[in-house]
Amino acid sequence: MTPTVVLPVIIGGLYAAGVYLLLDRSLTRVLLGFLLLGNATNLLLLSSGGPAGLAPILGYAEPEEMSDPLPQALILTAIVITFGIAAFLLALIYRSWRLVRQEVVGVDEEDRRIARRSATDADEIDPDDLAPEDRPAMHADTLSDEEVERALARDYADIPSDDVDLPPTRRSDR
Amino acid sequence: MLALLLLHLVAATVAPLLVRWWGRQAFLALALVPAAGFAWTMAQLGTVTDGGEVRETTPWVPALDLEIALRLDALSLTLAALVTGVGALVLLYCARYFEPDDEGMGRFAGTLTAFAGSMLGLVLADDLLLLYVFWELTTVFSYLLIGGSGARLAARRAASQALVLTTAGGLAMLVGLIMIGETSGSYLLSEVVANPGDGPFLIAGTVLVLVGAITKSAMIPFHFWLPAAMEAPTPVSAYLHAAAMVKAGIYLVARLAPGFADVPGWRPIVLGLGLATMLVGGYRAIRQNDLKLLLAFGTVSQLGFLMVLVGAGSREMAAAGLAMVVAHALFKSTLFLSVGVIDHATGTRDLRVLSGLGRRLPVLAVIAGLAGASMAGVPPLLGFVGKEAAFTALLDGGLPDRTAALLELAGLVLGSVITAAYTFRFLWGAFARKPGCADTELVHPPTPLFLAAPALLALLSLVLGPASPLLEPLAAGYAEDLPLIAPEAEKLAIWHGLQPALALSAVTLLGGWAVFALRAPINRFQRRVAVHASADEGYWNVLQGLDRVAVLVTGTTQRGSLPAYLGTILVVVLALPGSILIFRAPWPDEWRAWDSPIQALVGAVVLVAAVLALRIRQRLSAVLVVGVTGYGLAVLFALQGAPDLALTQFLVETLTLVVFVLVLRKLPKDITDRHRPRERAGRGLIAVAVGALMAAAGAVAMSVRTATPVSVAYPDEAYRFGGGQNIVNVTLVDIRAWDTLGEISLVVVAATGVASLVFLRKRTGAVDRLDPVQLARQGRSGRRAPRGQWLAATAALAPERRSVILEVITRVLFHTILVFSLFLLFSGHNEPGGGFAGGLVAGLALVLRYLAGGRYELGEAAPVDPGLLLGVGLLFAGGTGAVGLAVGAEVLQTAILEGTFPVLGDVKLVTSLFFDMGVYLIVVGLVLDILRSLGAELDRQADEDDPIDVSPGEVIVR
Repeated sequence: MTPTVVLPVIIGGLYAAGVYLLLDRSLTRVLLGFLLLGNATNLLLLSSGGPAGLAPILGYAEPEEMSDPLPQALILTAIVITFGIAAFLLALIYRSWRLVRQEVVGVDEEDRRIARRSATDADEIDPDDLAPEDRPAMHADTLSDEEVERALARDYADIPSDDVDLPPTRRSDR
Repeated sequence: MLALLLLHLVAATVAPLLVRWWGRQAFLALALVPAAGFAWTMAQLGTVTDGGEVRETTPWVPALDLEIALRLDALSLTLAALVTGVGALVLLYCARYFEPDDEGMGRFAGTLTAFAGSMLGLVLADDLLLLYVFWELTTVFSYLLIGGSGARLAARRAASQALVLTTAGGLAMLVGLIMIGETSGSYLLSEVVANPGDGPFLIAGTVLVLVGAITKSAMIPFHFWLPAAMEAPTPVSAYLHAAAMVKAGIYLVARLAPGFADVPGWRPIVLGLGLATMLVGGYRAIRQNDLKLLLAFGTVSQLGFLMVLVGAGSREMAAAGLAMVVAHALFKSTLFLSVGVIDHATGTRDLRVLSGLGRRLPVLAVIAGLAGASMAGVPPLLGFVGKEAAFTALLDGGLPDRTAALLELAGLVLGSVITAAYTFRFLWGAFARKPGCADTELVHPPTPLFLAAPALLALLSLVLGPASPLLEPLAAGYAEDLPLIAPEAEKLAIWHGLQPALALSAVTLLGGWAVFALRAPINRFQRRVAVHASADEGYWNVLQGLDRVAVLVTGTTQRGSLPAYLGTILVVVLALPGSILIFRAPWPDEWRAWDSPIQALVGAVVLVAAVLALRIRQRLSAVLVVGVTGYGLAVLFALQGAPDLALTQFLVETLTLVVFVLVLRKLPKDITDRHRPRERAGRGLIAVAVGALMAAAGAVAMSVRTATPVSVAYPDEAYRFGGGQNIVNVTLVDIRAWDTLGEISLVVVAATGVASLVFLRKRTGAVDRLDPVQLARQGRSGRRAPRGQWLAATAALAPERRSVILEVITRVLFHTILVFSLFLLFSGHNEPGGGFAGGLVAGLALVLRYLAGGRYELGEAAPVDPGLLLGVGLLFAGGTGAVGLAVGAEVLQTAILEGTFPVLGDVKLVTSLFFDMGVYLIVVGLVLDILRSLGAELDRQADEDDPIDVSPGEVIVR
């Protein structure tokens, strides 16, 4: 099929304008960009159906003269869906405005927090930094707490052992 | 066999309920489930010892050739008997281990039963992938059981450590299993072992599978998760971490050894790691003060021993290994359960504190003494039989290489010396009276039922020693697949006469006693040479390094700016498909200027409007120029020969404008936020490039198209099968009705989303209607607009907001428009129109009522819940498909009903009309929901000055 000059130019123009608006921080402009992108895409789909023809209605035109009905069916639902999504975005904008008096997409604080992150959760702390009773049982060899060892050696002088990281079952007694 | 597994599943599901009804007694009922498994297993003993096997295959996912293939042979039977027998006894023990008022017992009971089922499935599975599924199930249940309620930090960390390590090993194993399965050409375990194939792929696969086995069975250097897992309640330690789960790795090695022992790499890994684990575990065990930890390190040590035996790949070693597996499961679970009794009775497991328990708990002392004797290898217990068989095997052969065999023997004897030493330490620590320690008081003396499980297990250890010839058929049945290296295979028995192995056994016991007696200097020595590094520390360092890398990567890639993300995506689009377009795509040879000159004219208008949309910072004007592009598009559609599209686009564009105005009236007039010039230049560059890319892609796609469009046959099909002349409409409701069904579902979701965002708290119910009493009061209050009411609820509007002309027009047009919308719906099958267009027209009628009469007028015009319209519409559309299915046709297939009726004449009813009605209702529902939310509710919030301030304690997540 031979492409026309006009349709690609319109499609390209609409895409360019849509993308430019989509990259804005103002949600209203993002939404406008979304609508332009929707229009551009619908036109792209339509142009893929080939050159113009007669309406695809039997009795009105012969099948050979008709424009391609398949892209039309696809576009028809796309139009309605674009409307539904646009309404949803509008509701988002309204909510954002109502709650924080802003309708711009700011910097995502959660992302920034992760980027700056230094502290770790308790489950990720190095075992050496934990209280003795929270340490895993196999960690004994790394422990060089002379004071604890001496205390244990004194308390249990009769019973030789070097194991200092016993998970106590009667913590209250200690 | 499958029935047994399902029985476990059902029991696990109802376990929490049983615990709620019967408290801890529920464990007694649950114990019957593994007990049934044990009974069934024993019933198959005859078949299996005669050399037979029991198979059962159930299709699972036929498309993937997956099946639930279960098989019971000598090895499986031995393990299955252990898993079910020990499982039943441990559940019995749980009935007294827990106090009646313990929390989380229901969850625990369910998880433990589910674990028992998974473990049974693991040893019965004959399919590699099924084996993997059960393998991972045991990992997950072990995680849940170690973690417990998740309230304690140490338990959480131990649980996640065990999970991370065993899952990592499991994943390696999965890859290995697939490599093995592909090499051998079968995924049936029995066939794979019989004929494993060869080649480097098989070697790599074998090594990967061994990684899974050594993580699961806690071999060095992954041994540290097992002692840490002692955070779990004692029954869990006894069952999972002594008798059952850690045996999974041993089982897998034993299962594969007949086919894989000669694969390069197998023996160095299995024998080397096994021996090292046995020595390291024992070394750590002889200086533990916590009885449970002592046993945990002892388990690590014994697992190493078992790994050496079952992995050696010779008949005599395998037979010894199987005997030792049984012996270990019996004595180690007894010892763990005994520690549980001690802990329960005294409140401590610290052997420095315990003293004189032997006198106070004589029965327990005998039980633990028997089990300990089995562990140390004292005749006539089963442990002695297994150990002696192993020594004999290595003395006479055992391994193909003599030197290696003697080295292993020396290592195993040393390991057994240490085993005896820590056994003595355990028994002394638990029951002896120690100088300087007061006798431990019994807080809760154990009841007979509490002691029943360990007593039974200890008795088995004792009886099976002299009765070990009974085990011989099983051991031989498994081992006969393996080559015999010694001159002759020795049978399992308690007495083989005076032979070197007996001397070695004596050496281990005497050496163990010596090590125990010299514990003070040995422990001092151990403390002096302790290295300040451990596998556990290595694990945490690796994990923290991963965490840091993850934060670094996330922090550098996720900068938190939406335009930056979108820009990145678009740049990738430009770089990849864009470069292919430039370098590879065939450019069109010829171009046409246009289809018609008007097309160019409209195109110019659309482009100008698009450019204006970039410049204008006033919200409403920007919306209007974007609307111009939309209307222009409608004209283009009409020119292209698409009247349905043009109609829909006009209607939607109008509705869009109205909805925008409804929201924008609440926002400031101008968009003030501006970007920096550099940002604008960047955006412009990307935008122009994307525009050029899409234009070129469209043109190229057109010119290179060679295939006949699928829609060539549509006109014919549309009339013959769809019964309609408007091909686009028939496409929507028949040919591609599935598409449409999905799309209207999306519309329903969008409408619901809009309402949820605006209403915040309550979003069901119809639009507010006017209260007649209130209306009458307003009527009396005097100063209002002209008396003649054209619309139902305009009286509620303030006079300055009313427009009589609009009211009159609405009054005249509203019903006409509705009728027209119905006409579009019904005629749409043959003329332009259909459910979408009809619904939009009806929606516009509602818009008119709302604009003319305010929010109460909307309530009068459509006194229904929009959610109801959406739901009924979806029901209509989906129901059409379901009815077609019910009468034996395809889903969403159209039926054409024709007939002649009085008055009406010839009537032709196409069933897809009902589908289109659903579409109509959904579109009306969408418009009504939007009007209700963005129109009426916003009005109400303004009228009643209803601040959506947070109530105390409510948090708004941005």
